[in-house]
Amino acid sequence: MSFLDDALETTRETMRRDQVWPMLMPDAPKVNVDKDVILYVEGLSVSFDGFKALNDLNLYVNDGELRCLIGANGAGKTTLMDVITGKTQPDAGSVYFGQTLDLLSRKEPEIAQLGVGRKFQQPTVFDAQTVFINLELSLKTNQGVWASLTAKISPEESDRIDQVLNTIGLNGQRNRLAGALSHGQKQWLEIGMLLVSQPRLLLIDEPVAGMTAQEGERTAELLQSLAGEHTVIVVEHDMEFVRSIARTVTVLHQGSVLAEGSMDEVQNNKDVIEVYLGSEA
Amino acid sequence: MSNLINTFTRYRLPVKTSSMFVIVLFSATLLASMANLWVPVDSALHVSTYTITLLGKYLCLAMLAMAVDVVWGYCGILSLGHGAFFALGGYGMGMYLMRQIGDRGVYSNPLLPDFMVFLDWGELPWYWLGMDNFGFAMLMALAVPGLLAFVFGWLAFRSKVTGVYLSIMTQALTYALMLAFFRNEMGFGGNNGLTDFKEILGFNLQADSTRVSLFIVSAIMLAIGYVTSRFIMNSRMGRVVLAIRDGEPRSRFLGYRSERYKVWLFVYSALLAAVAGALYVPQVGIINPGEFSPLNSIEVVVWVAVGGRGTLYGAVIGALLVNYAKSRFSVLMPEGWIFALGALFVWVTLFLPKGIVGWVQDRFSPEVEEQTTEPNEDRGADTAPTNKELAS
Repeated sequence: MSFLDDALETTRETMRRDQVWPMLMPDAPKVNVDKDVILYVEGLSVSFDGFKALNDLNLYVNDGELRCLIGANGAGKTTLMDVITGKTQPDAGSVYFGQTLDLLSRKEPEIAQLGVGRKFQQPTVFDAQTVFINLELSLKTNQGVWASLTAKISPEESDRIDQVLNTIGLNGQRNRLAGALSHGQKQWLEIGMLLVSQPRLLLIDEPVAGMTAQEGERTAELLQSLAGEHTVIVVEHDMEFVRSIARTVTVLHQGSVLAEGSMDEVQNNKDVIEVYLGSEA
Repeated sequence: MSNLINTFTRYRLPVKTSSMFVIVLFSATLLASMANLWVPVDSALHVSTYTITLLGKYLCLAMLAMAVDVVWGYCGILSLGHGAFFALGGYGMGMYLMRQIGDRGVYSNPLLPDFMVFLDWGELPWYWLGMDNFGFAMLMALAVPGLLAFVFGWLAFRSKVTGVYLSIMTQALTYALMLAFFRNEMGFGGNNGLTDFKEILGFNLQADSTRVSLFIVSAIMLAIGYVTSRFIMNSRMGRVVLAIRDGEPRSRFLGYRSERYKVWLFVYSALLAAVAGALYVPQVGIINPGEFSPLNSIEVVVWVAVGGRGTLYGAVIGALLVNYAKSRFSVLMPEGWIFALGALFVWVTLFLPKGIVGWVQDRFSPEVEEQTTEPNEDRGADTAPTNKELAS
């Protein structure tokens, strides 16, 4: 009768009510950072109607790093972000998140769910909804259509939103419509939306554009406090701002990496002076 | 009782926001029905059966307007082809009613509808089989438009077709269907459509009681549609839908598959339109390819714009007002209506961009303008108790 017992045991094990069947578990692939590198960009090329926006670009970003990308207009900074976040398909090259996750085979929502958050150049928030709901929508939960019909916010999630509201200094504005916020506040809200989703990698496009000096300083502090726990890549034109936050700077020029190093190294690099800083000075 | 209310609140069931609408709708329906059935004909309070049928028709059109509001007002998908789903639902009902005629048709053929006998068809086409069963016919009246909306939406939204291009495609969809249904070979009665209905579920369609029942059923379906739509819009799905309307790229980079949300919302909206169409046909007594005409679909958009987008009840109000005006105006100046409608649209766009509902809100509660300018004024109030709950 042992085989009957076995069958019974298997059935019991299968029908256990305190467990979810593996096939029903959401598969959340782990980011493998054994080699300390979270983002591998290799041999990336993108061209638009013959114009090479990215030309055999190689970039490695370490886990927990705060990296600044600088470069003149048209150097390919935004295109690079588009490729990493799945908006643009490159002609050649590879992009890996950790050692195993190929980002090129995934679409924007999937990449976002893996833990890559992106802030646009123009602050993009949901104007018609309150600050709180903007953050609620950014929570990392089941984002499927059917799940969203009955979804409700858990105490932990609400705590997390409160925490982020404090971090970005918008606690007093939580029930205001996002559309009524100032430009700087919208920028912070958008950063807050990324924080709520607990990304591994944050891509931030020109965070201080249109901000006052004071707001810029606060943003710099905010970004610095994020590095370590998250990996942060900042694209910025404002050299003062870059100097104040950057540990490592990557200079892009005509779609490929021109120089990489600390701010001082980069500023003293002959090529960089020639093509970028030199022409501006 | 308080338990029940708690349950409702927990699942964000739209009790407060919907009750007003449902109460007004049901009171009006009941009063009109009683005034028709029990008030003597010579009394000043008597409501004629003609009026009841007209009101029932308006309610169906209001439901169609609500369907358009669901996709346009909340998700920014301007569909100029919703008449297609309405008409397909109507054809489903029409086929059932046609089969109910039986041998009472002009040619007394127990199986074939008159137009098929006239066209010398030997047997019933396969897609007419089973349509004499009410349940099956209603299933088809919903499934066919729903499936069409799914396939259309899946193709369009997955390819990220938006804005005016999408509107033109919806227009083309309904136009193509109109041309197809005009053909006699399609087997839907060609340009005459389906008409001369006798009875529904065994009840004589000309009887006052049947007319009043259809009117009441229309009101009930409108109420159910309203509460369901309100539930969707108050859930997180509704918020995601608004987020997609206001910033689709942002929502995608937050991890939402916007195309799936749009497809399902579009299908839901098409189903609402189909129900409206299926209820419309027994009340007006005919369905023909004219219902697919692009002009009809554009009219619906005007109703929604007049009433006010993104409020649901605004669409209902707009549909009722414009259709009432249409009924009155068409009597006075039949050929002038189309110009009046055009002028109305231009006027509303210029002077009442938020429609009648938006205008009333701005006018009578100016201090909360910031809240009411947006379609989702109940959002803030929604989150407040959640936070209080957590604090306690």
